[in-house]
Amino acid sequence: MKPAPFEYVDPRTVDEALDHLHRHGEEAKVLAGGQSLAPMLNFRLARPAVLVDINRVAGLDGVTETNGALRVGTLVRQRHLERAIDGRFPLLAAGLKLIGHTAIRVRGTVGGSIAHADPAAELPALLACCDGVILTRGRRGERSIAAAEFFVGPLMTALAPDELVVETRWPLPAPGTGWGLHEVARRHGDFALVGAAALVALSDGQVRSARVAVFGCGATPTRAAAAEATLEGRVPTVALIDDAARAAASKLDPHADLHASAEYRRRVARTLMTRALSDAISRASGSAR
Amino acid sequence: MTPRLIRLTVNGRAYTRSVEPRTTLVDFLRDDLDLTGTHVGCEHGVCGACTVLLDGQPVRSCLLFAIQLDGAVVTTVEGLADGERLHPIQEAFREHHGLQCGFCTPGLLLTAKAFLEEHPAPSDGEIREAIAGNLCRCTGYHFIVDAIRAAAGGVRR
Repeated sequence: MKPAPFEYVDPRTVDEALDHLHRHGEEAKVLAGGQSLAPMLNFRLARPAVLVDINRVAGLDGVTETNGALRVGTLVRQRHLERAIDGRFPLLAAGLKLIGHTAIRVRGTVGGSIAHADPAAELPALLACCDGVILTRGRRGERSIAAAEFFVGPLMTALAPDELVVETRWPLPAPGTGWGLHEVARRHGDFALVGAAALVALSDGQVRSARVAVFGCGATPTRAAAAEATLEGRVPTVALIDDAARAAASKLDPHADLHASAEYRRRVARTLMTRALSDAISRASGSAR
Repeated sequence: MTPRLIRLTVNGRAYTRSVEPRTTLVDFLRDDLDLTGTHVGCEHGVCGACTVLLDGQPVRSCLLFAIQLDGAVVTTVEGLADGERLHPIQEAFREHHGLQCGFCTPGLLLTAKAFLEEHPAPSDGEIREAIAGNLCRCTGYHFIVDAIRAAAGGVRR
């Protein structure tokens, strides 16, 4: 066995789970799918005194659609969501397929990926891209936090130690919205070195709304506001898309590590934004079904 | 720390054991149940050597704790053959030289089993994507792909 010793509790209700989190505070760690946490435990990068396993908590594994949004319970496995989307959200479906491998997605949960907040992960960026919302519960009540405010740093979120992510809400793109998603990874299933996602809606040949998110390029998933502002209200030409991606890339704050320099990440981000936007625009205009 | 009694079914046989919380499923299978067919590789979910089936679906047994699996149904490589008769996927690996040192083989067999149940007639591209999470340092993968393609024919029959 590799992890440092820990106590294990497996509550059956959200309230029970919150009691454990309240009692143990920073000493406790929530175990959902465990596909990021277990490696950290095995490496002893994380040494919680108590693991609060929420896998047997009832009522957290539903996928429903209300008010034009997918409501995804925190324990919904990524593999399950892949199938449950059923054509309603092609961008999200494409992103789920890029997470690890089948065996990872069989266990990995949607809420776990959001709460873990790896800056190179797909789901946090896609939630930011579609203006999604994170529902949390704590002993003091519920909060709904916009994705833009939730991710505050690498593996850091607005979640308090005694709060639990209970649901994520994914506003479904309006009919006719085009999407694009590109990432560069060393191997299939690896974390992205850099990725970009885009949702674009057109009306009368002009961009009505453009939403672009970049991941693996800095401390958190980032909305490319400069690209969005460049495109909105204009006729999307190849030159304009290029301008938009360049403007956004200059605003990024990429990190450097042993896999890629900051400057490399910025250049790749620019290219991937161009590709994601081009795909989204051609899908929105119906020329690439 | 505090051990707990769990009951689970592995390869059709019921087991009851007391486990410490930090015991991973792969260590439990090997050390507590003496099922050493499942191999421990990277122990952080990258190499795929420890892949087993949990309720029919492939999972990394190094990323699960045995204590979580009270009531679960697990299949390991020991559960594939029928007595002396190899499972068709094992037979295909033997026939097509889909293994050399054999370290990655148990994980690949179970990954292939779950994959073929969902994709009875896969393309080579689909096979390669399906085994992308299982590292093999010997074969260069070609013969593994050959084996899985052949097993697909066999499984379809």
